[in-house]
Amino acid sequence: MLVYIIRRILYIIPLLIGITFITFGVMHLAPGKAIDQITDMNIKVSSESKARLAEIYGFDKPWYVQYFNWFKRFVILDFGESFKDGRPAIKKIAERLPASLLLNILSLILIFIVALPIGIFSAIKRNSLFDKGMTVLVFLGFSVPTFWLALLLMLLFGLKLGWLPISGLRSLNYSEFSFIFKIIDLARHLVLPVFITAFTSLAGLSRYTRSSMLDIIRQDYIKMAYAKGLPKSRVIFRHAVKNALLPIVTILGLSLPSLIGGGFIFETIFAYPGMGRLGYEAIMARDYPVVMAVGTIAALLTLVGNLLADITYAYVDPRIRYK
Amino acid sequence: MLKIYFQRFKQNKLAITGLVLILILAFLAVLAPFISPFDPAEQNLAYRLESPSFSFLLGTDDLGRDVLSRMFYGIRISLTVGLVAVFISVIIGTVLGLVSGYFGGWTDTIIMRLVDIMLCFPTFFLILLVIAFLEPNIYNVMIVIGFTSWPGLTRLVRAETLSLREREFIQAAELLGLSRWRIFFVHLLPNVFSPIIVSATLGVGIAILTESGLSFLGLGVQPPTPSWGQMLTSGKDYIHIAWWLSLFPGLAILITVLSFNLLGEGLRDVLDPRINE
Repeated sequence: MLVYIIRRILYIIPLLIGITFITFGVMHLAPGKAIDQITDMNIKVSSESKARLAEIYGFDKPWYVQYFNWFKRFVILDFGESFKDGRPAIKKIAERLPASLLLNILSLILIFIVALPIGIFSAIKRNSLFDKGMTVLVFLGFSVPTFWLALLLMLLFGLKLGWLPISGLRSLNYSEFSFIFKIIDLARHLVLPVFITAFTSLAGLSRYTRSSMLDIIRQDYIKMAYAKGLPKSRVIFRHAVKNALLPIVTILGLSLPSLIGGGFIFETIFAYPGMGRLGYEAIMARDYPVVMAVGTIAALLTLVGNLLADITYAYVDPRIRYK
Repeated sequence: MLKIYFQRFKQNKLAITGLVLILILAFLAVLAPFISPFDPAEQNLAYRLESPSFSFLLGTDDLGRDVLSRMFYGIRISLTVGLVAVFISVIIGTVLGLVSGYFGGWTDTIIMRLVDIMLCFPTFFLILLVIAFLEPNIYNVMIVIGFTSWPGLTRLVRAETLSLREREFIQAAELLGLSRWRIFFVHLLPNVFSPIIVSATLGVGIAILTESGLSFLGLGVQPPTPSWGQMLTSGKDYIHIAWWLSLFPGLAILITVLSFNLLGEGLRDVLDPRINE
């Protein structure tokens, strides 16, 4: 097991370097120099002071020197200061990350609670009305434009019915609330974002569970269990489900980037204080340090997610370790 | 073999529904100039924000343009973006997957690490980033979506190729001394078609969704070209007084993407030998 974990961690190193190459590369190739961003608005800036700025930021050096300098600071998670307000980019992310994690973890839990039963029962009752109905339902979620659904639900629950707040994560007078009301206030703000995130990502997990179950049901040891005369429910839940769910651990890690990526449009609509909106605003404002930080951190999160998923998988399924 | 596939496909009502809807959409897209009651770009300020009626079946927008006509032309944009983007990603994904699986060794390692790296990034973030720095227009949208959505397919094709490489008919072809390229195109490619078809069909839906998201953020197809996502953006400011501007384009996206997903899922059922015994 230890050997497997060490090998798995070593394997991350080339990926890490690749990730930094891509973020750095995209930024470096971007048209419009970063300096222009700061100086364009100010006509008084002379070309000498531009050159001086370039020197400070190191833009006058060849790309590999710039990359190396950037990488050196990346190792200690220093992504430089935001062009917009001069605050460290990593600090801005640290402020937004908890909200994004909260949203994604709650959504993942909801996805699991709903998608697993759908997948399992669809497989047991393959081609039944339930199976077909659920297929259409999960694909509706997969096909619906997130921002459109968000708009409609905001209109319905926020404006027409007035049941739920439509933006942000906290009410304006949040700080005056008692602890219990703070939780309730938070929950009310989270209902729509969590529901929408979960509904639109049900398809992956439920379809995967379904096909995994279909595979397992046909295995010899399941036939054997039936032949022994075990009741159907026992065969399904004790023998089949347990094995069908093993590979699903890995899906967890893989679903992270799409969950984070889904946030870009929809955190913007909900004015949700997460990383997605920070990334979108930074891209639109060409705030290079923040953009690079958001991209790198999102990719790092995925790397860590995949690592944890793989280790869990190897832990529950010994066959993996010796491959 | 094809006959068996066709038989199975006919029994899959959801897939048939998807296919029929796609054909109808394609038909409407081709006929858009003939069936549109108005010119989609024609502004008539006397008829701003008219609710749906007999003269304007789906109402008019803030510039007095007929929503129905714009919706018909919008099909063209969505289908074009979906098909072109998928075409690009299928070419890249198939070639890299075949090369990776068949040649193995260092080539394989490098390609697969590249795939792993790409999969670490939220795809939408990469797309947003590149489009924002390039000029946002329909061509860049198609190209960037195509160039960022191949990694999943590469993995599928590689896995398929790896198992094919061990099969007798490929080994026989190698023993006969056929050239690598011949083995590649004549013997390997036709046998990896089914995962490609399935993921391409699903990919069209995803590409259409991505385009609408980009257009919604103002980074996709630019006005006055009617794209559903961009119709939604301009409609959302009037959502309190003109619900039809937000409802219909969204529904159109939903139906189109759903059709491709149902068809793709149906094809997967039909083409996957494991599920059907």
